[in-house]
Amino acid sequence: MTSVVGADGQMVACTVIQAGPCVVTQVKTKETDGYDAVQLGFGEKKEKNTTKPLLGHFKKANTTPKRKLVEFREFATQVNLGDTLTVGDVFGEGDFVDVVGTSKGKGFQGVVKRHGFSGVGESTHGQHNRQRHPGSVGACSFPARVFKGLRMAGRTGGRRVKVQNVKVLKIMPEANLLVVSGSVPGARNSFVVIEK
Amino acid sequence: MNDLIKLVEKEYAGKRADIPAFKAGDTINVHVKIVEGNKERIQQFQGVVIQRKNTNTNGETFTVRKISNGIGVERIFPIISPSIDKIELVRRGSVRRARIYYLRGLSGKAARIKEKLN
Repeated sequence: MTSVVGADGQMVACTVIQAGPCVVTQVKTKETDGYDAVQLGFGEKKEKNTTKPLLGHFKKANTTPKRKLVEFREFATQVNLGDTLTVGDVFGEGDFVDVVGTSKGKGFQGVVKRHGFSGVGESTHGQHNRQRHPGSVGACSFPARVFKGLRMAGRTGGRRVKVQNVKVLKIMPEANLLVVSGSVPGARNSFVVIEK
Repeated sequence: MNDLIKLVEKEYAGKRADIPAFKAGDTINVHVKIVEGNKERIQQFQGVVIQRKNTNTNGETFTVRKISNGIGVERIFPIISPSIDKIELVRRGSVRRARIYYLRGLSGKAARIKEKLN
């Protein structure tokens, strides 16, 4: 993350995303696949690390092996197999996009951090160790069990997260960079999907 | 830092080049653009630099402290702020710390800073 000066002279925190060049590796159509979609490939991968079926898939699009393949339904721009898309082709400054990423893993966390509980009580009035506890998990002899899906402590983070309506502050087509306002899910140098 | 972030920050390199090198303890005069209605004027804010934070990033800020009518006033400026017209280095001070927060507790004669002589 860094910051840039916005149009009104205010500093805006922003994230820099490299969003290209992407290669069209497959075009799905209603006739052949039952739905319309475009598959894009991003990032380089060694040929020896690519399975033979995938190698054939990339060969069909006349490109080198790509690290990530993502399918987009209802792709707005008309593209052909093997086309290379750059940032400027798809995005413009001032657009609002959705960014999907895998959030940072936080390990085993309690209910306060994981679900936003406020904890049970205070450290006074005879209590000393219940400040961040979940409280009661159910009633007594009826139903005599804990309901499924009750929010409890556990592994937190490391799942798919989407942030919606992120503003594109700037595009730098020569370096395929996208500067978006605020933060996006995931660790540094991780992969994200940007939807318009 | 990431190379891609450097690419984005390069845009403000020109703005940085205009700013003289200053650090904590120095006295500087900041010319601030102030917009009133549709008129713009320049206001000066002269004081001692207390700290520079997040140096060499776009988020870099510096704090200037001055005594105005007997009351201590501190102002924080982002270094790439478009409202800064220019910065003048008035006097270089000799201090031992990068952040001279102790100045806040001092007044009068004790709050003087020795001039740095090369």
